[in-house]
Amino acid sequence: MTATSPLYTLKSLSKRYTRGKETVTIFDALDMTIPAGDFIAIMGPSGSGKTTLLNLLGGIDRPSSGEVHFEGARIDTLSQGRLARWRAAHAGFIFQFYNLMPTLTAAQNVELPLLLTRLSGSARKQRVKTALEIVGMGDRARHRPGQLSGGQQQRVAIARAIVADPKVLLADEPTGDLDRTTADEILQTLQLLNAEMGKTIIMVTHDPAAASFAERELHLNKGRFEERGKA
Amino acid sequence: MNDATLIRKNLFRKRLRAILLVVSILIAFLIYGVLAAMQNAFSMGTVGAAQERLVTVNRINFTVALPYAYWDRVRQVDGVDIVAPASWFGGYFQEPQNFVQSFAVDPESYIAAYPELVFEADERANFLEGRTCAAVGRALANQYEWTVGERIPLMSNIWQRQDGTQAWELDICAIFDDADGTYPTNYLMLHYEYFNEGLSFGRDSFHWMTVVTEDASRNDQVSQAIDALFANSPAETSTTTEAAFNEAFMEQFGNIGLILTWVIGAAFATILMIVGTTMVMAVNERTREIAVLKTLGFTAPRIFRMVLGEALLLSFIGGLIGLGLAAGAATLASGAMAGVLPPFGLSLTNTLTAVAFMLALGLLTGVLPAWKAMQVRIADALGKI
Ligand SMILES: Nc1ncnc2c1ncn2[C@@H]1O[C@H](COP(=O)(O)OP(=O)(O)OP(=O)(O)O)[C@@H](O)[C@H]1O
Ligand SMILES: [Mg+2]
Repeated sequence: MTATSPLYTLKSLSKRYTRGKETVTIFDALDMTIPAGDFIAIMGPSGSGKTTLLNLLGGIDRPSSGEVHFEGARIDTLSQGRLARWRAAHAGFIFQFYNLMPTLTAAQNVELPLLLTRLSGSARKQRVKTALEIVGMGDRARHRPGQLSGGQQQRVAIARAIVADPKVLLADEPTGDLDRTTADEILQTLQLLNAEMGKTIIMVTHDPAAASFAERELHLNKGRFEERGKA
Repeated sequence: MNDATLIRKNLFRKRLRAILLVVSILIAFLIYGVLAAMQNAFSMGTVGAAQERLVTVNRINFTVALPYAYWDRVRQVDGVDIVAPASWFGGYFQEPQNFVQSFAVDPESYIAAYPELVFEADERANFLEGRTCAAVGRALANQYEWTVGERIPLMSNIWQRQDGTQAWELDICAIFDDADGTYPTNYLMLHYEYFNEGLSFGRDSFHWMTVVTEDASRNDQVSQAIDALFANSPAETSTTTEAAFNEAFMEQFGNIGLILTWVIGAAFATILMIVGTTMVMAVNERTREIAVLKTLGFTAPRIFRMVLGEALLLSFIGGLIGLGLAAGAATLASGAMAGVLPPFGLSLTNTLTAVAFMLALGLLTGVLPAWKAMQVRIADALGKI
């Protein structure tokens, strides 16, 4: 597979919610491809369906109709169990509010996805160490989330997202809760993961400054994408 | 780290809450263990009861005496093999709190009726010969460190001697064991004749007869014949099997079995509700974390097992500590009540029952929260923040 072959292919994707008698259409017959190695910023007004799209790409939610293909294989029709295993193997998730387990140390949080692999204890330890070092948190392995700043927690969350070596990172407002300087550091880390480790990154953000770290920006509006070149 | 680490950390995340839950479960199992051990003590008398043995007592109750002449008359009932009369002696040694279970018996017939009692041949002969002899059960002899050849004054808290004292001087002529070790040996026997001669009141009567029938199949017929013999007399009799008699005797301490069932039932219903509700609450608080685990790829069945595992862990921690304390308490109580009750403790059946209770408690309190955890929808739980 070459760098530009599609990682994701969305075919005629629709998502509708029914509330009582009313049906709300989020997207209708959306077609799109995302090449491997891309770094996309998805922008758009609140309620336009950005999170919904990430959920569809991450195998967390299913479309009302249409298809989601990942590396040529359809994922939207997988069973719950297979979808869970697909997520464990292929997708890393980064959230606005980090979502670390408060009772676990940084290292244990990062180790969580590895519990779903067959790796030995020592191999897991090594991976956790490497992942924490990549995000610059090697010296905070034994800290609990409550003892870390927001930016540090987000770094640990990024380490957790990459530790199982997934192809794609899906980030929903990863810097939404951080100050400018910290946000820029996090975004630089994502850039590094994209450039050096070839991770495909799909990042939702409200913030144009954050979006400028991506290779391209997609604006979602009324169920349609429009691409805007970088400023 | 593995799933067990997660289970443990989740259970103890709110330390005070976890400790209170453990304590409430612990108390339930402590109550269960102590009561079960007591029930064991009270039901031991029925273990050694033989099929062919009947017990005849006064129909009013077993503390009211029967005339001496009844012995001979019962011996002549068709189907009767041996008749062994006996009287409560109500003994104590030195101090009234040193209760010594003791009966005045006709040694010849008593030993014949209870072949499971094992004697040294010469000690047995001495006991049968000597008027002032006593035969002491091994457990009782050990308790007071009595040996054969010793002379002891045994006081009675029921009877008085003609000389105004209450002490019968007894020679310990024999120490006996129980053949298969199931029947308690915490009592002694003295000669009925010696006992009777010394009495200042209530002479020539006894409290019960052990009646051995020729065949267990004739028990009903024989017991009816005996009771018919004394019908409409001033001392009517009631004849039952020995097992039934022992049970009735133990019921004077209260219907332990029924109390046990009610207390344990109430205790378990209570902790079931407390622990069940708390577990549901605890899992509700963690909805978001469960959604994150699912996002990372933990499957629904795995989440289900983890929550169920947490409930089981809680149940077993509380249950095993409670049961351990109960075993300790039973040992202490058994020591304190030696002489009154045979040695008792938790049986294997009690322990297995308790483990089954722990399993049931864990499953019952875990299933609902585990089910709810499994049903958590990621998009709903994570989407709204
Ligand atoms: N479970 C649901 N039931 C009904 N409507 C829903 C549900 N989930 C999302 N929606 C609706 O779908 C639309 C898109 O939601 P989504 O969360 O994807 O928006 P968003 O672009 O991420 O917004 P924001 O920038 O505020 O995070 C919203 O109008 C929302 O109310
Ligand atoms: Mg959103």
